[in-house]
Amino acid sequence: MLLISAIVTGLAVGSMYGLIALGYHVTYVVSNTVNFSQGSSMMLGAVLGYTFAIRLGWPLPLAVAMALLLCALFGLVVERFLVRPFAERGSNGWLMATVAGGIVLDNIVLFTFGKEPRAFPSILAQKPILLFGAGVFPLQLVIPLVGLGITLALSLAFNRTKLGKALLAVVQNKDAARLMGINVRVAIALSFALSTALAGLAGLLIAPLFSIHSDMGTLFGIKAFAVAILGGITSASGVMLAGFLYGLIEALVTALVGSTYTQIVAFTVVIVALAAMPNGLLGRAATKKV
Amino acid sequence: MALQSSISKISRRLLLAAAASATLALPAMADDTIKLGLVAAMSGQSAKSGEAIVRGLSVAIDEINAKGGVLGKQVELVVRDDESNPARGVVAARELVQREKVAALFGGLDTPVSMAIVPFANQNKVPFMGVWAAGTPITRNGAPENYVFRVSAVDALVDKALVAYAVKKYGAKQPGMILINNPWGESNEKGLKAALEEKGMPYAGIEKFQDADVDVVPQLTRLKESGADVLFMVANVAPSSQVVKSLDRMGWDVPIVSHWGPAGGRFSELAGPSGAKVHFIQTFSFAGTLSPKAEVVLAALKKKYPEIKTLADVTPAVGIANAYDAMNLTAIAIAAAGSTDGSKIREAFEQIDSYDGLIKNYKKPFSATEHDALTSNDYIFTHFKEGQILPLTN
Repeated sequence: MLLISAIVTGLAVGSMYGLIALGYHVTYVVSNTVNFSQGSSMMLGAVLGYTFAIRLGWPLPLAVAMALLLCALFGLVVERFLVRPFAERGSNGWLMATVAGGIVLDNIVLFTFGKEPRAFPSILAQKPILLFGAGVFPLQLVIPLVGLGITLALSLAFNRTKLGKALLAVVQNKDAARLMGINVRVAIALSFALSTALAGLAGLLIAPLFSIHSDMGTLFGIKAFAVAILGGITSASGVMLAGFLYGLIEALVTALVGSTYTQIVAFTVVIVALAAMPNGLLGRAATKKV
Repeated sequence: MALQSSISKISRRLLLAAAASATLALPAMADDTIKLGLVAAMSGQSAKSGEAIVRGLSVAIDEINAKGGVLGKQVELVVRDDESNPARGVVAARELVQREKVAALFGGLDTPVSMAIVPFANQNKVPFMGVWAAGTPITRNGAPENYVFRVSAVDALVDKALVAYAVKKYGAKQPGMILINNPWGESNEKGLKAALEEKGMPYAGIEKFQDADVDVVPQLTRLKESGADVLFMVANVAPSSQVVKSLDRMGWDVPIVSHWGPAGGRFSELAGPSGAKVHFIQTFSFAGTLSPKAEVVLAALKKKYPEIKTLADVTPAVGIANAYDAMNLTAIAIAAAGSTDGSKIREAFEQIDSYDGLIKNYKKPFSATEHDALTSNDYIFTHFKEGQILPLTN
């Protein structure tokens, strides 16, 4: 029972890390840049979902759709004002700019949404069901499925569809891509919108299991970046796999060894794994063509 | 982190500027007032605690000023935000003492911040009154001349009370501990171990968890398998609710005896109906039949802060009540000292004979060896029911 519940817990939390980490992956493969405000995007998804569904009483599907749309919009803003001005000059300033953007968003939410943590109840997280003798909320089973589905969809989209290939072409050679009729700016902007929407979705999914407050995403954002690197940021399935593994390690260490050691063991594993596999689990080595 | 604090610094500056211009608008009579300083969390996750303390202090100050103030002067409160950060707390305390010339300092919710201010207060001979942070060493700091006083719970005593309650109410034989992984959790781990040892009781296990833990099932399962019959919980409101939700999911119906973390927010909403099972310690509650004094204070609160409509809005009551009594005791001490000199006020605190306060009728609240006005007899056990903190019998 200890093992079963640890595995379910690990997979559910791990897929959250995976979903946010997929956001890092998406922008990286298209533009070689990363949005470090992913943790805040996750928080934004949860806060907007709460505001629309609970405070304004909108029907849930509408609230979720609107929250995701606004998260995507936030991604466009991040790209336009915090990434593009730096990246197009070849500067790495976007790195600090996106971190700062996330902190600004956290503080805006703190002042507008309020200081107290709030609850976002869901029918999927009220009555636990028994799974091999361990109680789990249905939502905890839904989350990994959503994670797997999105990973699959992303892999297919990038490798099989015209749009996906066009997006990937951007990172390989911007000028060639532009000559082939691909709108590079739109492609990059789209990848940022997708990445923040993925983080927002993670926030919406985790909200009923957690509480909503302005800094709920901070630690998730950091862990998800570790996961993205661990999985090999160039591979969607690697990133998701790393998310599951990281979640499992956390839960199993807590269950079997004790919670005092969780963070020590989990991050040590990340360091050791990266030393052994510098490109991550399924990542490809970056080849610099001169 | 550095960036985070600098950003919040900017927003704080704006707020301070706004506050400063607001106070400038009033007739400033710096020399005719006695200034008292408060260093507490006014922003961030614990901001609600700072608000409660300001309310308790302000209502008491209004009463004192209406009766002519202290030493013929009006009392004025100067508030500084510590952002729950010890370094900022010390800077704020220094600024209040050196620039604002406050006669005494009040402290906030965070034990680490208060611990950082304690040496400063003792060195500069400024009375420092704790109204919330329960860390044992705040008042028992070993200084030869101790300027630190407190009207609040003390971890060491709380832990004894938690153990006594678990035994009396639930017949606990082998309790387990689920504690937040920070200095507050650690302080209580020590206190609970000592309290259990005093009773010759074993414990089933000690588990730690983080503020951001979504799922505490693994820790709780370990405690269950090691045979815990009651859980001692020490954590703030959001992490406490994660424990309750995890217990629900496991289907483990175990009594929870808790420190006062759940009182800091909307515990009923966050933890769901099972939140009512958590019995936690308080020093005061506005629920039930009120003493005449409590009626007066409640009415004053409602008048001064129109957003207070029901009892559910007077939270956290401990912050308000502790601050109210602490302010009155401080006023008595300053009046008896006949001056705002720190060492005279300190002596006067230790000489206070009696004060009929909100929490209790204080008789000789402080002495040369005892700087805590509240004892374990003043603790009450409460629980949340539909958003209100209600006292439990026995």
